[in-house]
Amino acid sequence: MDIVVCIKRVPATDTAIKIAADGKSIDPTGVTFELNAYDEFALEQALRIKEQLNAGSVTVVTIGPKECKKQLDDALARGADKAVLLSTTEWVYDGASTAAALAAWIKTVPCNLVLCGRQAVDSDNNQLPANLAGRLGFACVTEVSKLALDNGVFTAERDIEGAREVVTCKTPAVVSCHKGLNEPRYANLKGIMAAKKKPFVEQPVQLGSKAMEIVALTLPPARAAGKIVGTGVDAVPALIAALREIKVL
Amino acid sequence: MSNIVVVAEVRGGALKRPSLEAVTAALQLAGQSGAKVAVIACGAGLDAACAELGKSGAHKVVAIDGPAFANYSGDAYAKAVVEQCKALAASAVLMAHTAMGKDLLPRVSALLDTGIVTDVVAVGFEGGAFTAKKPVFAGKATLAVRAAKAPFVATLRPNNFAAAAGGAGAETQKVAAPGGNLLSVVKEIVASGGGKTPLQEAKVVVAGGRGLKEAQHFKMIEDLAAAFGPGVAAVGASRAIVDAGWRPHSEQVGQTGKVVSPPLYFAIGISGAIQHIAGMRTARTIVAINQDADAPIFKIADFGIVGDAFEVVPALTTAIAAIVAGK
Ligand SMILES: Cc1cc2nc3c(=O)[nH]c(=O)nc-3n(C[C@H](O)[C@H](O)[C@H](O)COP(=O)(O)OP(=O)(O)OC[C@H]3O[C@@H](n4cnc5c(N)ncnc54)[C@H](O)[C@@H]3O)c2cc1C
Repeated sequence: MDIVVCIKRVPATDTAIKIAADGKSIDPTGVTFELNAYDEFALEQALRIKEQLNAGSVTVVTIGPKECKKQLDDALARGADKAVLLSTTEWVYDGASTAAALAAWIKTVPCNLVLCGRQAVDSDNNQLPANLAGRLGFACVTEVSKLALDNGVFTAERDIEGAREVVTCKTPAVVSCHKGLNEPRYANLKGIMAAKKKPFVEQPVQLGSKAMEIVALTLPPARAAGKIVGTGVDAVPALIAALREIKVL
Repeated sequence: MSNIVVVAEVRGGALKRPSLEAVTAALQLAGQSGAKVAVIACGAGLDAACAELGKSGAHKVVAIDGPAFANYSGDAYAKAVVEQCKALAASAVLMAHTAMGKDLLPRVSALLDTGIVTDVVAVGFEGGAFTAKKPVFAGKATLAVRAAKAPFVATLRPNNFAAAAGGAGAETQKVAAPGGNLLSVVKEIVASGGGKTPLQEAKVVVAGGRGLKEAQHFKMIEDLAAAFGPGVAAVGASRAIVDAGWRPHSEQVGQTGKVVSPPLYFAIGISGAIQHIAGMRTARTIVAINQDADAPIFKIADFGIVGDAFEVVPALTTAIAAIVAGK
């Protein structure tokens, strides 16, 4: 099975966001970037499927700036066979143009499975996998936390509101990966050395016109300063009174 | 005339409440853009759901009904929904940002060859274009966008718009659910909550963290939730106690868990790490109980008690149970 893993370089989750002068993007000064946490589950699952079948290939791809080489190299060191950087200097936020560009590239390579993280923790869109599947005509299951492959058919489990869904899914497919699916491995020294000899392709990407234009990126209004109603168990009546006053009780 | 289309979510014949919230947003956009509101429902045996939708204020309901649609299939539903969107001349397509909405609407947008904005908290129509606001960077910033392509497609964060009610009773047009080759299909739904209120739909979320010290003490969180009466409150957890194996990941609130915005949120023995706050900062009212007066959670809490959860929570549970019993 030829597997494509879509990954993204994102600001670390503990970043304090500052808005850039254009009022439409973040100020990257002092921001550390890392591999999107959910994409680690996607990469790990790809490596496990290849190990299970003892055949096929794992290609990692990202759309982003040249600095993404670090995250792609890390993926190669963990065991991916090939890395592709579709390079752009734009902030990749627009779901439609991203999905269109990725779909166009995927159509040029052998691929029967696309694995993604459930969402990138910068734009928090949670739309790329199903969007991509629509454009490729592939089957799709999203937010999967258990996945088994038998005779080219996947059985996936995912959490829905108050229940768990078991989904069967034919190939070719796009599967988006959630926490709980696996425990991602990290690169070891041998992997890091091996990665240096693996193919790394960089090509510019044309993202096309945006389906959604950014009007503004703003910091949310600060929550009004809260109030400590008291200390210890004696404060319970004061809390109840406060909640009744604003009619939530 | 064009339509603002709402894709309703029906599971096991029951209409999911966030669908009615989407109708509210659709009615707003219809008023602003001079359109009507049509609701599309997919499933098998939709009569009850359609009767409810008919009274929501929507102008029309389209039921794609039949045994072939008894179980959710992203590809089959998307194809059928897109066909109806075209027939309805949809200028916008809205659905709740639920497990189904997140799976279905991006595919619909791809088939309509248009854009999509997800997890939206506000919609508008200005200068001839649809607009939306959505949290990004786990709620640390808000992105305002304007649609440059038609139709406008958006998923809406649950618990953020009021549920629509009080329409005259719209007609339902029935369409037979098409059979055919399903690429993916739900085989089974296993109730994991034992009929519990879904975290993202709960009116009250009571969340516990490492301050509870041991897994067994989570019972006090469950007791407080239960005090609100059946179907009102759900329990949540910080990542620390999910990683420790005390609670399932499905209860985790935060950047790598669920984003909730209930009217009332309790953070008990939770320090208020930036990743946790990302999942609950849009709750209308936040109550924190923590023994450390300097815990960051107090910076965003509306009301706080500095104290030992082991003393405060049982007293609070008793007090709330008394109020609920008196209602
Ligand atoms: C990539 C990434 C993603 C993450 N995603 C999430 C996420 O989705 N959700 C999430 O929650 N975290 C997430 N985290 C983890 C987050 O950084 C914190 O580590 C976590 O939220 C801490 O959980 P906690 O508040 O329960 O524990 P702690 O930080 O240990 O806080 C425990 C609190 O309990 C208080 N306490 C102790 N005893 C008592 C008592 N008897 N009575 C009252 N209070 C008491 C203490 O004062 C303290 O404030 C993520 C981290 C990373 C790196």
